[in-house]
Amino acid sequence: MRFYLQKIVFYVVALWAALTLNFFLPRWMPGNPVDILISKLSAKGPVTESTRHALELMLGTNSDEPVFIQYLNYLGSVFRGDLGVSVTYFPANVTDIIGQSLPWTIGLIGVATVISFIVGILLGQLAGWKRGSWLDNFIPVTTMFQAVPYFWLALVLLYFLGSRIQMFPLSGGYDVYTVQPGMSWAFISSVIYHGALPALTIVLSSIGGWMLGMRNMMVSTLSEDYIVTAEAKGLHPRRIMTAYAARNAVLPSLSGFAISLGFVVSGSIVTEMVFSYPGIGSALLTAVQSNDYALMQGIFLVITISVLGANLLVDLLYALIDPRTRVRA
Amino acid sequence: MEQTLEAPRASAAAAVQPKKRQRRPRSAKLMAGLIIAGAIALFGILGPLFLGDPNAISNDTLAAPGNGMLLGTTQTGQDVLAQLAHATRGSLTIGVLVGAMAIVASAFFGIVGAYIGGWTDETFSLITNVMLVIPGLPLVIVISSYVPDKGLLLIAGVLALTSWAGGARVLRAVTLSLRNRDYVAASRVSGEKTWRILMVEILPNLMPILASQMVFAVIFAILGEAGLAFIGLGASGTWTWGSMLFYAQNGLALRLGAWWWFVPPGLLIAVFGAALSLINFSIDEIINPKLRDQTLAARKRWNTPRTKKLTVPGTEKTSS
Repeated sequence: MRFYLQKIVFYVVALWAALTLNFFLPRWMPGNPVDILISKLSAKGPVTESTRHALELMLGTNSDEPVFIQYLNYLGSVFRGDLGVSVTYFPANVTDIIGQSLPWTIGLIGVATVISFIVGILLGQLAGWKRGSWLDNFIPVTTMFQAVPYFWLALVLLYFLGSRIQMFPLSGGYDVYTVQPGMSWAFISSVIYHGALPALTIVLSSIGGWMLGMRNMMVSTLSEDYIVTAEAKGLHPRRIMTAYAARNAVLPSLSGFAISLGFVVSGSIVTEMVFSYPGIGSALLTAVQSNDYALMQGIFLVITISVLGANLLVDLLYALIDPRTRVRA
Repeated sequence: MEQTLEAPRASAAAAVQPKKRQRRPRSAKLMAGLIIAGAIALFGILGPLFLGDPNAISNDTLAAPGNGMLLGTTQTGQDVLAQLAHATRGSLTIGVLVGAMAIVASAFFGIVGAYIGGWTDETFSLITNVMLVIPGLPLVIVISSYVPDKGLLLIAGVLALTSWAGGARVLRAVTLSLRNRDYVAASRVSGEKTWRILMVEILPNLMPILASQMVFAVIFAILGEAGLAFIGLGASGTWTWGSMLFYAQNGLALRLGAWWWFVPPGLLIAVFGAALSLINFSIDEIINPKLRDQTLAARKRWNTPRTKKLTVPGTEKTSS
């Protein structure tokens, strides 16, 4: 129980740190974002005094109130799900825009990450098992893929598979001209068709890391005494590989999920921009290009919360898989 | 591209000829990495001196490679090769700057916290872990979009801010085991000052890890900067691989089929990153001898005395 409590407390602290960072960043920065925003807003229509007040609260230029009170107000509004008003999509709420784009990103990154993790672990297991084989020697090549910027790989794939061969669509999340969003097969197949290339990009560029980590752990695990014992007992090699070596070797990869997930998410955000995928990444790009600070901060917050949530989930699962972590804590 | 394949090929060659000592593949990796990284660095240092102005426009727009332009021209007739040289210089500068800053930060948070212990350690490792789980690039994007005029140093600082945490965690783990070694205890008992123990007794043992973390930080920084510049948030007025890609994307290089515009910068990032990874592999193998990439034949040789007695027919083929 103590272990779970510790984990949850840690993630609450991390969440608080992210919120605080989000609150103080605009206050530390030079210039006055509210004036920029108001001038943008007034181009689209009259700005009410309450909008200005809301912006000031969010961006912290309202000097009437002490910073601490502003901070509490900010935390309160975040917990009420009120992230302010978007400038770009005025007068839509930031929460609504994020609500529209988040499912796309979670679907794409979620599926791609799971595929990449499973395939990477399996290949890494084989490479570590047959050390020095062609698969093992192939690993430096996959790490080259890892050093490839996600968005550049996306550009290249888009150029060859989308533009030259025209096997995949060039942009979008589904065919907006022929398909209506809904639970129909036409829509779902269109989504899969449009998501294939972005997903392939993410898998190709993140798989190397999983493979390398698993391969190295596999090699270390294979030199343990219990592997020799298993060999001595005359167990089937496949059983030794999967049930004895791989099961233990996979643990650091699982616990290292935290670090990798942040990296994968960062990479995917830019990938989405290349594919004009209707997810969080494209929304972030729009926000950045039009100085939409409210949307930008909201997206940063949502990305952080999602990553923290995924990590908490993995951590809790990890404790189930590996009882030693519970004891140590 | 071809050069990076050298490492696997070299070790495959060694596998065929087991007579040659097992050390070969290891040094081949290191050499390949050093040569490629060195060549790219040299290109970045010397290239801009010879290749002229990357901003100069000409009438020869979107020309394919050849015809006096080794890598063709952009939409406004700028020489891609000259841009590439300047971009290499910019990206490497960022990489080195961030690498240096990140390593100092991670050494501070990792080593000092772990050595002092107690509340300092708790606080430091909490900060480290929080920084580790907060996704880096979105944070960098948010920070840099607030600053209108960004210098190279600012971008480097922001990237360093988000990239030190991983290294700090590794350093902390190693320092924790080092601080309880006998020779450290001995120097503590003999009344040496804390900073001297840290600098003279502990730091030298962490050198290989620091080196590998530094290499990681450089890769991370170059990738991060490329992503940032690609969205248009890079250092203003500086050529980097990312800003080249930004201009290529905005100049519709993809739709116009101008592959010579967007392929080279990305390829250089990939090749440079792969070269650094190769160097990192070699460092890892020095730290952790278990990882050494022994060839099948070599392994079989030192396994024979034991496996002969132990393995059942049939297992040997798959297990070694």
